[in-house]
Amino acid sequence: MSPPSSNPNNPSRRQFLKDGARIAAAAGLGGLMGSIAMRSSAMNTVWQIDPQKCVRCGNCATHCVLEQSAVKCVHAYAICGYCQLCTGYFEPEPNDLNTGAENCLCPTAAIKRTFVEDPYFEYTIDERLCIGCAKCVEGCNRFGNGSLFLQVRHDRCVNCNECAISKVCAGDAFRRVPANAPYLLKTTSHGL
Amino acid sequence: MRPDANESGLTAAGGPENRAARPRFNPTLSLSVLILLLISTVALAQQRFPPPDFESGHKLPLTTTPAGRAFIYEYVDVAVLAACIAISVFLIYRKRSRAGLVGLSLFSLAYFGFYRKGCVCAIGSVQNIALALFEPGYAVPVSVLAFFILPLAVSLFFGRSFCAGVCPHGALQDLVLLKPIKVPAWLEQALSTLPFIYLGAGVLLAGTGSAFLICQYDPFVPVFRLSGRALMVIAGVALLALGMFVGRPYCRFLCPYGALLKAGAMVSRWRVTVTPDNCTQCRLCETSCPFGALREPEEVQTTPSVLRQDRRRLAFLIALLPVLVLGCAWVGDFFSGAAAALNPTVSLADRLAAEKETPAKSGALSPDDLALDRARQNADEFLRNAEAIRKRITTGSRIFGGWVGLVIGLKLVGLSVHRRRKDYEPTPGDCLACARCFEFCPSELVRRGFPNGFASQPLDGSPLEPALK
Repeated sequence: MSPPSSNPNNPSRRQFLKDGARIAAAAGLGGLMGSIAMRSSAMNTVWQIDPQKCVRCGNCATHCVLEQSAVKCVHAYAICGYCQLCTGYFEPEPNDLNTGAENCLCPTAAIKRTFVEDPYFEYTIDERLCIGCAKCVEGCNRFGNGSLFLQVRHDRCVNCNECAISKVCAGDAFRRVPANAPYLLKTTSHGL
Repeated sequence: MRPDANESGLTAAGGPENRAARPRFNPTLSLSVLILLLISTVALAQQRFPPPDFESGHKLPLTTTPAGRAFIYEYVDVAVLAACIAISVFLIYRKRSRAGLVGLSLFSLAYFGFYRKGCVCAIGSVQNIALALFEPGYAVPVSVLAFFILPLAVSLFFGRSFCAGVCPHGALQDLVLLKPIKVPAWLEQALSTLPFIYLGAGVLLAGTGSAFLICQYDPFVPVFRLSGRALMVIAGVALLALGMFVGRPYCRFLCPYGALLKAGAMVSRWRVTVTPDNCTQCRLCETSCPFGALREPEEVQTTPSVLRQDRRRLAFLIALLPVLVLGCAWVGDFFSGAAAALNPTVSLADRLAAEKETPAKSGALSPDDLALDRARQNADEFLRNAEAIRKRITTGSRIFGGWVGLVIGLKLVGLSVHRRRKDYEPTPGDCLACARCFEFCPSELVRRGFPNGFASQPLDGSPLEPALK
């Protein structure tokens, strides 16, 4: 073996190989970047639940990496029937149509029931209390108009590279959506 | 005009399905309500209960959509990353300043770690790139692409400058390092193949859309977020405890992105040298590297008999390489089942096939049963889809096996090649460019203007003279 040469015009074999490998690696990186950049999007993506696919399994409440899930129940008021007997609010066969805890579905009392005018009541979600368990969503979709549904709330979501809930979602309802349109709101109810 | 939404309406609508607990069934009442509802449906599209006609002029509240992080901040992240890498390179190669790097580490830890909560990160970006390569439907965000490319491109010219002071994972471990112990060379060499194997597994699982393994088993993100799965919180704390005595254990023995950077740094144009000008072989820096990257000078034995033996061994190992690759690919095939089980679609399809004959459950269903229900609705297509994924995973497992063989083989080849080293030099691949060794070099002290190369205050608290020869 010849001793390593310091003359740049006459590099050692090892130096030559190293330079060659570097140029090859740079070219490879460039090629990889080019091929992926063709299909890349300028916009970042965020996770969201497709309410039409959600099966209200309850995993959202327990599988988020946050201590209190980033998934909350939201209300599409335009779809709501403002029912007196709201099946998202009341247990099946409630003792009475009042706000007593034994009559309510929500385990954290996150739904507020306010009287509007006879016989209409408005239901609003207190997101500080909601844990995303989907009990109300199940009641509303099964028996009512389906105006309650789950959404990932982006003021809370930390946008994990792979959403922990999406891996266990029973309805395969999680998907990446563009960050400039981060919600999939319901505009039509569940049909009969 | 609105049907009274009492319990009869509830019963009628709940009739055919049987999933949740529901009230008693009342045929007469429900039939009447059903007819009523059917009539109203014609006029009111699809709503079970028509929207109310408020006489009091009540306005409907709007559904709130709280915004996430503004779009522009993605590019702020990329700009901060680029700036941090540039500063890191400047501090390592120009200023040769350990104090500066510690400052930069603290900033990176605060920004990329605790402020950005460890997400977007270069380590995880490997998986996004893998997914984008193998899944045409996935568009990788430009910011993630930048996080993947920038540190890697820089490593081809300046080694692992990213590891030195930009990566929050590295910064966290660097800051807890109290009393480094030397990892035995055989263990160090054996463990240093792990990052490449982990990288292969991460790419395999991400590329087939099964799991983002590297994110799932990231030990420090739960620390940044101050919450996470119990297993990973324990792993993170344990690694930090270990990191007090073994320098940067995650970076050296696990980090899959570090494996890529190592490959880049091995051929980098410029590299870190302990001495700013020339080495006097005073051996003061000998024990300065907590990461086992500093190697002593090595003279190549030129006795013909030794050389012949070494050449024979090298030739044998190179010949062994394809055998190892093929053998490990064959072994990899056996693990394809385990890899496929990690894919939610495939594991659900397995259950679907196993329970094809059993009737669907009724009553309150568990999430798993609900998932099975979903798969049943379009069973044939679901199974076909899962079969296609399973095929890809099987092929991927073989390639992964081959990759493991290649990593082991190349490690053996690398170990049997002579490196000629005149001075004390950090090995480019292993050096994390932390700049600790600089301050041990008397020439460096001269450069900084200390009289005669001696610091008035010894740096590590011990007298310098006895170590000098």
